[in-house]
Amino acid sequence: MNKRLSLFTRCLILFLLVWLFLRFFIGGVWSVPLPASVIAMYVVLILLAILVHVSVEDDRFREFLRPIKETLIDDDKKIRRIALGTLIPLVLLGFTFSKVSTKADPPAALRTAHPAPPAELKYGDKVIGLTQEVENPFRHLEKDDKEAFKAHAENGRRVYYQNCFYCHGDDLDGEGHFAHGLNPLPANFQDPGIIPNFQESFFFWRISKGGPGLPPAATPWDSAMPVWEDHLTEEEIWDVIIFLSEYTGYKPRTFGEADH
Amino acid sequence: MRCISADSKNRLYFYLGLLVIYAVLAIAPAFAQQDATDVDYRPFPKIGSRSAAWIAAQLHLLFGSFILGVPMFAVVIEFVGMRTKDKRYDKMAQEFIKLCMGAFSTTALLGGVLVFVLIWCYPQVMNRLTGIFGPTMIFYVILFFGETFTLYLYSYGWDRMQGAVSKMWHLFLGVLLNVFGTAIMFVSNAWLTYQTSPAIMGPDHKPIALHDEETGEFIGTLWQAVNNYTWMPVNIHRLIGNIAFGGAIVGAYSAFRFLVAKTKEDRAHYDWMGYTGNFIALCGLIPLPFAGYWLGREIYMFNNTMGINMMGSLFSWLFIIQAVMIGVLFIGANYYLWSGMTRIKGGEIYARYRPYMIAIIVLCVAIWMTPRTLIMSPKEMAAMGGTNHPLVGFFGLMTAKNTAVNIIILATFLSFLFYRRSGKAPTVGWRKIGNISIAAVLGLAVAAIIAIGLAGFKVESDFRVNVLTPVQVLIALAVMIAVTVTDLVMYRKAMRSNDINWGQMTDRSQYVLILLAITFTSLMGLMGYARSGLRENWHIFGVMPDTSPDAFTPLLGDAVNVIAVIMVIFFALVGFIFWIGLWGDKKKAERATVTAEVGVGDD
Repeated sequence: MNKRLSLFTRCLILFLLVWLFLRFFIGGVWSVPLPASVIAMYVVLILLAILVHVSVEDDRFREFLRPIKETLIDDDKKIRRIALGTLIPLVLLGFTFSKVSTKADPPAALRTAHPAPPAELKYGDKVIGLTQEVENPFRHLEKDDKEAFKAHAENGRRVYYQNCFYCHGDDLDGEGHFAHGLNPLPANFQDPGIIPNFQESFFFWRISKGGPGLPPAATPWDSAMPVWEDHLTEEEIWDVIIFLSEYTGYKPRTFGEADH
Repeated sequence: MRCISADSKNRLYFYLGLLVIYAVLAIAPAFAQQDATDVDYRPFPKIGSRSAAWIAAQLHLLFGSFILGVPMFAVVIEFVGMRTKDKRYDKMAQEFIKLCMGAFSTTALLGGVLVFVLIWCYPQVMNRLTGIFGPTMIFYVILFFGETFTLYLYSYGWDRMQGAVSKMWHLFLGVLLNVFGTAIMFVSNAWLTYQTSPAIMGPDHKPIALHDEETGEFIGTLWQAVNNYTWMPVNIHRLIGNIAFGGAIVGAYSAFRFLVAKTKEDRAHYDWMGYTGNFIALCGLIPLPFAGYWLGREIYMFNNTMGINMMGSLFSWLFIIQAVMIGVLFIGANYYLWSGMTRIKGGEIYARYRPYMIAIIVLCVAIWMTPRTLIMSPKEMAAMGGTNHPLVGFFGLMTAKNTAVNIIILATFLSFLFYRRSGKAPTVGWRKIGNISIAAVLGLAVAAIIAIGLAGFKVESDFRVNVLTPVQVLIALAVMIAVTVTDLVMYRKAMRSNDINWGQMTDRSQYVLILLAITFTSLMGLMGYARSGLRENWHIFGVMPDTSPDAFTPLLGDAVNVIAVIMVIFFALVGFIFWIGLWGDKKKAERATVTAEVGVGDD
């Protein structure tokens, strides 16, 4: 038998293949599992793409709808009708049950990506300056005195491995010993979206004030980050920021005109 | 048509009157309690001052955008009609201006409502703004008079000014109308952008405050307050946005007229008008992300905290919704173009590219709308090994998004190119080389945009923001210009099938036009909330705090509810205005028919 599959069936197969690709290939073979929300978003897009493709031309759209109409109307499709009439409510029932049944896991959360720093940067009660304008006081040494800069980076390394690596990991990738006991997981500084997106003053604020210093806007924030200004000096915090950037190779954001 | 009896009509008026009395009685006590003249705030009854000002401002802005956008392309279409001597263009431009006339008085009315609400609810804020911007407000009034009378002359003089010389004067009036309209927008933009960024741009883009740090007193000049940090980016963004929005509303109007049309001629006319509206909306939509990116960059440069609040914190999910909406706009616009090719004989040869185009656009939209921080349960997060997915986590970064949006724009441009070519065959000898060159240029451009996007993950942010992203944009723009020019030359003496079956469009394509208008409107509502909300609890950012009970930033869910109410009111008002126009036209047509019949009888 060499009967060509209907357009509807082909679209259905494509849809299922994409879902399988996202769920098991990307989220398994190739990489780590994707959250359900992302799979849902991509699957809806694929559905939209299929509908766009089949509905632009009238003939194609009629061809796409034909099996649906036949299933609903034709006398010889009674068994298919009964099967679908039973299956669809069961699927919906299962879906509803999965959503309303009590689970031990906390639900998915709508986290915001990054907190916004306050206008003034402080160490304890001491005002350092405007967050936007404060620069790392040792950054200029990178050009002016390379040895001194290296010493600050080394000091930063010491501070990091004495205090930070337990959570943020020995490769600065957020994979520290304590990391998986925390929610959310500690920042991964190897991610290109972390260091290059923020000024050094931002990191100073996050390190010095920790989780308790997060802003009221866009709450609730979850962070297990300690208030490091209680344990580290101002210089140690700036040094550890230099180390983060030196180790990963990512430069923190600046707001001057590019001179490259 | 069913007639309403006099009795039913009286009953209707009675109930309407009763409703008005109830409404007045319900809110009157709240107004009566507030008779003080030196208060900082007066609460707006029932819905609160914030919502009242918000609804009035957004409605005013939506109508304003429409009446500023429409004349821009009406005058261009009129010019095209004059040059080509094709009366259809002239008629269409006139029809656009008729729509504009209907919406003009409503815009002014809503502007009045907004001013009253602001003076009533926020007297001290208005006092402060008037103190700084007083002279510009007088200028605004003068411009408004100028715009009003120019619009009257332009609209009512349309039929009279059809002679060779008078047509030129008429076109001049159209240009003048746009000058007045744009100037009005620029002036009012100064007031609101000053509230967001009360500083000027200093050397190295550093903001220089216009207020005394201790007292908060204004120490700048009027021009500095006008030319504040975000004034020009907002001006440009709105200018382009108005064109896109105007085109989309005109498209939706045409779609509605198409769907209810009784004759073939009407269907053909409104199909053509809808196509033009969509084309104009596309012309605005393509550069809009670039203008938006510039505005976003300037907000970051003005205040880093505000920038992070916008894209990474408080309003970050709003931008994911925005990304979804923009995705809908591009997919919808492409859908309409592809549908349009089905009515052109010869358009079918491009249908084979459609699945690939859909795949490219949908893939890019997927990247464009993937959030930086994914929605996930702690269990999913643990399974992923972090808050960012090692693969799709990259899609959340701006370099990936900019790459995706540039490719979407090029794909949309290609759709339009196919549409333009449908039913035509080039006759030039170098057509094969021309086609290969165009394909090569587009392919190379996409490859370059992707390469630059990948480099964006590695370089410093400054370099990415100031160099790589603009280069991506320039490549996309340059390629579009170069390909358009080549294509125009190549198809100048093309053989045409002359077989565009105007009116033979699917109803689905018309609903897409309506969807585009709704999406544009909701997008403007959402972005209005973002632009205003970015100030958080400040009337004037960092200078004049908002100490009223309404000094909170509404949750996204609440904001969306208010925006939904605004949209319902807007479309109800627009529907009413368009219906009035339709009703008047129908009566005129009936009278013309009767006159013609009487005339025939006399003969």
